[in-house]
Amino acid sequence: MISFNLLILVSLAYVVFLFLVAFAAERRAKRDSGQWLRNPLVYTLSLSIYCTAWTFYGAVGYAARSGFEYLTIYLGPTIIMIGWWWILRKLVRIGKTQRITSVADLISSRFGKSTVLGVLVTVLAVVGTTPYIALQLQSVTQSLAVFAAEPGSGWDGRDFDSAAVWIAVGLAVFTLIFGTRNLDVNERHHGVVMAVAVEAVVKLFALVAVGVFVIWGMAGGVAEMLARIDAAVIADWHPVPHRWVGLIFLSAAAFLTLPRMFQVMVVENADEKHLATASWAFPLYVLIMSLFVVPIAVTGLALLPEGSNPDLFVLTIPLATGNEGLAILSFLGGFSSATSMVIVATIALATMVSNHIIAPIWLSSTQKGAALSGDVRGVIVLSRRLSIAVILALGYLYFRLSGGGGALAAIGLISFAGVVQVLPAMIAGIFWRGANRIGAGTGIVIGFVIWAWTLFLPSFGAGAVLSEFVMAEGPFGLAWLRPYALFGITGLDPVIHAVFWSIFFNTAALVILSVLTFPNPMERLQGAQFVNVFEHSAGARTWSQGAARAEDLLVMAQRIIGHAEAQEMFRQEARAQGIDGYLPEVTPELIGRLERTLSGSVGAATAHAMVGQLTGSAAVSVEDLIAVADETAQIVEYSNQLEAKSAEQDRTARALREANEKLTAISIQKDAFLSQISHELRTPMTSIRSFSEILREGEIDAEARGRFAGIIHDEATRLTRLLDDLLDLSYLENGQVQLDVGRGTLASVLDRAVMAAGLSDGRLVLHRDAAREAVVIETDLERLAQVFINLVSNAAKYCDAARPELTIRVSGDAEACQVDFIDNGTPLDADAQVLIFEKFSRLADESKAGGAGLGLAICRQIMESLGGEIAYLPGQGGPAFRVTLRRTVRMAAQ
Amino acid sequence: MRGARRIEYLERDTYRQRRLRDAARILPVFATVLFFLPLFWDWQAAGGIRPSVLIVYLFGLWAALIALSALISHLIRFSDTDESDAPTEGDDG
Repeated sequence: MISFNLLILVSLAYVVFLFLVAFAAERRAKRDSGQWLRNPLVYTLSLSIYCTAWTFYGAVGYAARSGFEYLTIYLGPTIIMIGWWWILRKLVRIGKTQRITSVADLISSRFGKSTVLGVLVTVLAVVGTTPYIALQLQSVTQSLAVFAAEPGSGWDGRDFDSAAVWIAVGLAVFTLIFGTRNLDVNERHHGVVMAVAVEAVVKLFALVAVGVFVIWGMAGGVAEMLARIDAAVIADWHPVPHRWVGLIFLSAAAFLTLPRMFQVMVVENADEKHLATASWAFPLYVLIMSLFVVPIAVTGLALLPEGSNPDLFVLTIPLATGNEGLAILSFLGGFSSATSMVIVATIALATMVSNHIIAPIWLSSTQKGAALSGDVRGVIVLSRRLSIAVILALGYLYFRLSGGGGALAAIGLISFAGVVQVLPAMIAGIFWRGANRIGAGTGIVIGFVIWAWTLFLPSFGAGAVLSEFVMAEGPFGLAWLRPYALFGITGLDPVIHAVFWSIFFNTAALVILSVLTFPNPMERLQGAQFVNVFEHSAGARTWSQGAARAEDLLVMAQRIIGHAEAQEMFRQEARAQGIDGYLPEVTPELIGRLERTLSGSVGAATAHAMVGQLTGSAAVSVEDLIAVADETAQIVEYSNQLEAKSAEQDRTARALREANEKLTAISIQKDAFLSQISHELRTPMTSIRSFSEILREGEIDAEARGRFAGIIHDEATRLTRLLDDLLDLSYLENGQVQLDVGRGTLASVLDRAVMAAGLSDGRLVLHRDAAREAVVIETDLERLAQVFINLVSNAAKYCDAARPELTIRVSGDAEACQVDFIDNGTPLDADAQVLIFEKFSRLADESKAGGAGLGLAICRQIMESLGGEIAYLPGQGGPAFRVTLRRTVRMAAQ
Repeated sequence: MRGARRIEYLERDTYRQRRLRDAARILPVFATVLFFLPLFWDWQAAGGIRPSVLIVYLFGLWAALIALSALISHLIRFSDTDESDAPTEGDDG
């Protein structure tokens, strides 16, 4: 038989072991900044504080009473964990960027750093969690009682309550030592987390050990166990749909909102990536935890006498079968479950109470500037320690007053239903920018009141708080307000009934009031920061007109976060501003950073209030918000402009490159032309000179003299024409040309051009369409004819087809008319198309044609001065030119 | 800054990551539906449904979800450069 002293000894040894683990973790963290502790496995194990003594002992009792319904308590968190990408990832990110210290801080910070909301959530959390702490104390004393009831335990019948006192005191000591080491809650509580992780392993191991014992030790295998289950009372179980769905929802919601879960999941999270591991490892943990529950329950029901408390089967089965070692292990498992929950819950609640209730009261009770004169750090630490003691005392008090009765699971669910009133505000807060303080606050109050009326107050028993008359007939005989049947709905289980109505009205109030009322600028600012946390993780900005002196801020910061850290922070800030020493300029950035740092210690609302005391400008105006939006818009605009500019520069560079290539080509052409024109000038000059020499010698007949004079004349004419062309072009280019505008049909101009082009030899076949050419145009007809002559004669000269043909095609609309000259020679290649309109350009070996390569250049100049254009028209099967005449000045005839 | 630049089509690797995120988002939805499934079973049928069937179904489903979640979280990346979650290629943010 296990003597009571042995049990106490084992428990003490275990507690000492936990203290050592916590100390070692703290030391280790100090030495290498906790790298080794920043481990996804430790994180996952720390999440297991979800499984409290209620789970460890209570789940078996739950299964014995309500079959498989106990699974809902694990399925909810499983769904949340495998859906981590939705909510948890966002919560953790927000927790990091906004330095959130608790659920209350999250809600308060999101809704404009509201003190009132912080207080509300804190009160809700304390009321919801205190019974739960009592429950843990109760479970430990009950498990002690089981051992005491064993014959020969040496238990002398002392008051069990003294055990509860000692447990509470022990937990308080542990929590005080390891829970308030750092003022900044965002700095991890390595000792606590490590101890919790170790306890997670112990409780899992203990439950698995008992499970393995009943399956293989007693039933004799899995198949046999399943057969026993099928034969047991549990076989009659069938799910009650509204409870199944409602409890899965409740447990999922509680998983997110329970203060202790938020503490380990968000506040103590060291690395977002740990979530990825926890997303499967935590469901695996709870799967194993719940796997053996039914076998243990079934075995207990069969083995133990009628009327045994099924909540304690985990202990009583090993004891009844004489496995004392297993019983002690199981006791330690339950002890671990209870203590880890109490420690973390107490830290979480103490942070809330001290940041959201004590600190604001202290701040407002002292005069302005208290942040400078008072010992802030000392006050905060003291308030947190006091809070821990008070919360544990409250838990103990509740335990004493409630008399330690009732099924464990019932209290657990009531507690869950209370804390999930935060859920609508939390979810709306991180996904809906429109949610505001008034909506969230009213929703929480309404939800809290409904929960208290329909579940919490009745839970003390009929006649305890609410009279039996009220329970049966409703207050003042109003039947529709009966606690278990609001609006006359009686078909629901009380827990689900309470959860449904409280969450329904909570959410409705949140949505309706958020839609109808207007948030203040701080709320809108924080709303954007929270909802769009993945877009700008830079952290919140605070606005201030900078009335504070940097020195004051430094003094205050030193009092809260410590001398060395504050000085380091200020020096960094100063360095960033390019200033030597410790005192930077007071900029909005500095104040924002300071406020964020402080909020890690005292919560966002308090930090904001403290900084506000110094800077004297706690208010943010809509103008400030819009200014920030403008600033952002300006940055976007500026970057767009830069992009546009750079694209424009690209275009310019490309154009310049092209121009350069063209210039180079023209320069080569020009060189070629100079030799060409020298040649052109020299050839007629040579013949003029030689023939004039012959004429001077005079010994020739009259007929020959006439012929020679003719040659001289022709050559002189050719020279004149060349010089005329050059002169003409020069005039056109300088815009000195005088236009002689007249009216005539296009056909007449074309006729004249064809005639003047000298197609007398009849080699070139012309295709024209007289009907289309009957267009009256108003322009300088002479100049236009010059262009046409050039094009027709070019076709005649250069067309290299065996049977040269030229098609003149006229098309057009009200705006412009196009005249295309298409012959059937070899089309120009791309290079030639570009150069053909340049001066002095002429296609390579066509010099025989006798022109100087000025024709098309002149044409282009003429068309420009006429307000039209001439261009090469590719893709016509031969060289083709399009002359476009604008009709803006000239009117169409028909 | 949203809106300034929206990438419409993604590279193969990034595309795969986006689809993994979709998978991570949809998994809890399937989990919920499947966990509710036993409610539709015919519990009133002659002889009822043996608890062992429910045990195998629920725990089997649970284990499968854990495995899938482990697979997804193993493959998924917390890409720090692309945290904007801009809605491109069917990614709705």
